[in-house]
Amino acid sequence: MANLKDAGHLFRMAAVFAVGIVLFLVLRGIFVPKTFGQYGHYRAAAIADVAAKPVVFAGHQACEACHTDVHEMKSKGVHARVACESCHGPLAKHADDPTALQPPHIDVAVLCVRCHEANIAKPKTFPQVVSADHSGGVVCDTCHKPHSPKIDTGVGQ
Amino acid sequence: MTITRRQLLILLPAAAIAWDSILAGTPEESPNYKMTDHWWGMLIDVTKCIGCGTCVQACKAENLVPDGYYRTWVERYRIAEWDTEMPQVDSPDGALHGFPATTQEGGKNFFVPKLCNHCADSPCTQVCPVGATFVSPDGVVLVDQKYCLGCRYCIQACPYGCRFLNPETDTASKCTLCYHRITKGLTTACCETCPTGARQLVDFKNPNDPIHKFLETHSVQVLKPYMATKAKVYYFGLDGSVR
Amino acid sequence: MHGIPVEGFMYPNEIELQWSVLIVLYPFLTGLVAGAFILASLERVFRVDAVKPTYRLALLTALAFMLVAPLPLQLHLGHPERSLEMYLTPHTSSAMAMFGFVYLWYLMAVLVLEIWLDYRRDIVVRSQATTGWTRWIYKVLTLGSTDISERSLAIDQKAGWIITIIGIPSAFLLHGYVGFIFGSVKANPWWSSPLMPVVFIFSAMVSGIAAVMLIYMFMCKARGTQIDMRCVDTVAKYLFYAFLVDFTLEVLDLIHRIYESDESFRSLDFMVHTRLYFPHIVIQILLGTLTPILLLAATQVLPLKEARRKLIYGFAGCLTLIGIFAMRWNVVIGGQLFSKSFLGYTTYKMGFVAREGLLMAIALTILPFFILWGLMELLPPWEETHALDLSPVVTAHGDD
Repeated sequence: MANLKDAGHLFRMAAVFAVGIVLFLVLRGIFVPKTFGQYGHYRAAAIADVAAKPVVFAGHQACEACHTDVHEMKSKGVHARVACESCHGPLAKHADDPTALQPPHIDVAVLCVRCHEANIAKPKTFPQVVSADHSGGVVCDTCHKPHSPKIDTGVGQ
Repeated sequence: MTITRRQLLILLPAAAIAWDSILAGTPEESPNYKMTDHWWGMLIDVTKCIGCGTCVQACKAENLVPDGYYRTWVERYRIAEWDTEMPQVDSPDGALHGFPATTQEGGKNFFVPKLCNHCADSPCTQVCPVGATFVSPDGVVLVDQKYCLGCRYCIQACPYGCRFLNPETDTASKCTLCYHRITKGLTTACCETCPTGARQLVDFKNPNDPIHKFLETHSVQVLKPYMATKAKVYYFGLDGSVR
Repeated sequence: MHGIPVEGFMYPNEIELQWSVLIVLYPFLTGLVAGAFILASLERVFRVDAVKPTYRLALLTALAFMLVAPLPLQLHLGHPERSLEMYLTPHTSSAMAMFGFVYLWYLMAVLVLEIWLDYRRDIVVRSQATTGWTRWIYKVLTLGSTDISERSLAIDQKAGWIITIIGIPSAFLLHGYVGFIFGSVKANPWWSSPLMPVVFIFSAMVSGIAAVMLIYMFMCKARGTQIDMRCVDTVAKYLFYAFLVDFTLEVLDLIHRIYESDESFRSLDFMVHTRLYFPHIVIQILLGTLTPILLLAATQVLPLKEARRKLIYGFAGCLTLIGIFAMRWNVVIGGQLFSKSFLGYTTYKMGFVAREGLLMAIALTILPFFILWGLMELLPPWEETHALDLSPVVTAHGDD
């Protein structure tokens, strides 16, 4: 009996700790997001957050839906596997509403060399030229049609 | 191009309907997308990479990546003679504008595209103190931008250097495998725009995915296999000198 | 990019350092906490009476530093307002998350409790004897109980002893965990090592003991009282022992790295000889470890006069603290200066007035001393005040 009375202050301290723990549990109930833990130790709604980001590149299928003749020409040439937006840039807005956004004009002199400028690290079989020596300053699309660039195939002039 | 008005009248609504289904917001809302049906990865054919940097530009445009930070990048390797332990490597601005021409002759030279490897046993998600980064049920390592504290522990823990702190959001950021695209049937921005097909999105759970045949007939590698992170970006034609 | 000079090749996202000088400061401050507590426990548990004059001082020092240590972390976070998440949804696989609980446990269940139990009599006495606003602080601290009977004080002693027993492994856990936060990162070969927690523990003990020794000597001087040489000689002895263990561990790590010479070695070796030469070789090893060890060894072996010994202790203590800070610097900053491709190095651009800059680090280092001063005013740790028995005070259970 005497012991317990003398330890009264310890019980008070224990009460302080108990209050702290209860407060912690209350905070937990309030602040932990509702979807947390659904699939794992994370907020499941975050997956939807990421998936809801806007699409910026339309993807070549969207282009081909309208631009069938270009697609036909391209698929017979050496640029068959090059996606439209590799050269034309992101065009989801254009695919969404063609009249609202016109694809920007391409600076051919800058674009073609990005891939085709000769570089020792590029695969040997990849067509590459030293542009300064290749055309004598003439811009690429004077001779090469970008949608079917190979000159001697007879397709596209 | 020549399209008749009649063709347009048929094509436009069809395209609009197709587009709508592509734009459907979430994987839950997206028709036919069930997370457990997919297990995403990527296949990179090093022998095809031309170091044009189109993938880096496309990623930056698609994901609004801030200047000076990279969700994907391309490295150029140069191994003079036989010393594979000390290659010369560079990646000017992550190869955003490609590479300047090399004047040196000889040696072995090639490009290596890099990105988040979406490790199935990722060390970065292991160390996150709050659960702000995680492996989704379909195998993509994502960051919860609303929950991340910006402590940067995950950035320290990634062996591949693919994470960074986004200065605009003050949270950790990295390649999401264009999750917002792949859940709608599109491919990633980098794979879409790669002109040589060096990068290909892969779905291991899809029995028709060409990766299965490819793995049977080719030797592939992951980066830093000794880290045992179960990386899901496979490289074909990767040289032993690649770090 | 970023205007940061890079040598060789770094992965593009590695160029900018992630963890700044504030993250260097954090293990330094928590190390002082753990070390100071171990010194206090020497008296309480191991009955090393000689160090009794530093007992209460060590506890207050630990508390002052423990209150400040979370501040560099908060300043570093991208979203400090979300930091509660670490307690609400801790990721059990993350050393950083679990450390939050270790810290909280140590602060509340060990340090605060032990201080409260040891000071309780003084608190009750002062809650009745003092006037002004401090009276209310004491009143709150009594938790409403004014019982300072012999029996209740005996219970306090018993409870305090138990808490100290629990506190010793807790102190090891406190700083071992910090070491583990670094040591468990397999991606970083400068950090990844099973030795890391042990090295951190012993360097913490070294820094904590040195800090308390210096503060004690300084406060004696400031208050014009005699320095208890028996006390300080004993503290210095334990500092010396701890230093020997710490040095042995660091040499072991070094020899192991050199001998195994794995793929990271060449790059790390180059880094230590160039970018890290001054902080690592000169400051940490020569000035911060070997010099104090030799000085302390001299005091242990040679019969030196008291004045000479005081001078050496003061000097060695300061060098020790600088050396241990350098060790934290070399671990945290050094671990980010080299590329994980082992082909390049970057530079740490420390801001001055920035949120994570040098000025902030200095301010945060000074702040605990102000808090300690406040604590010493509120709860004086000096022997003379124990005799201050402001009787007749309430010994029964009546309330005021």
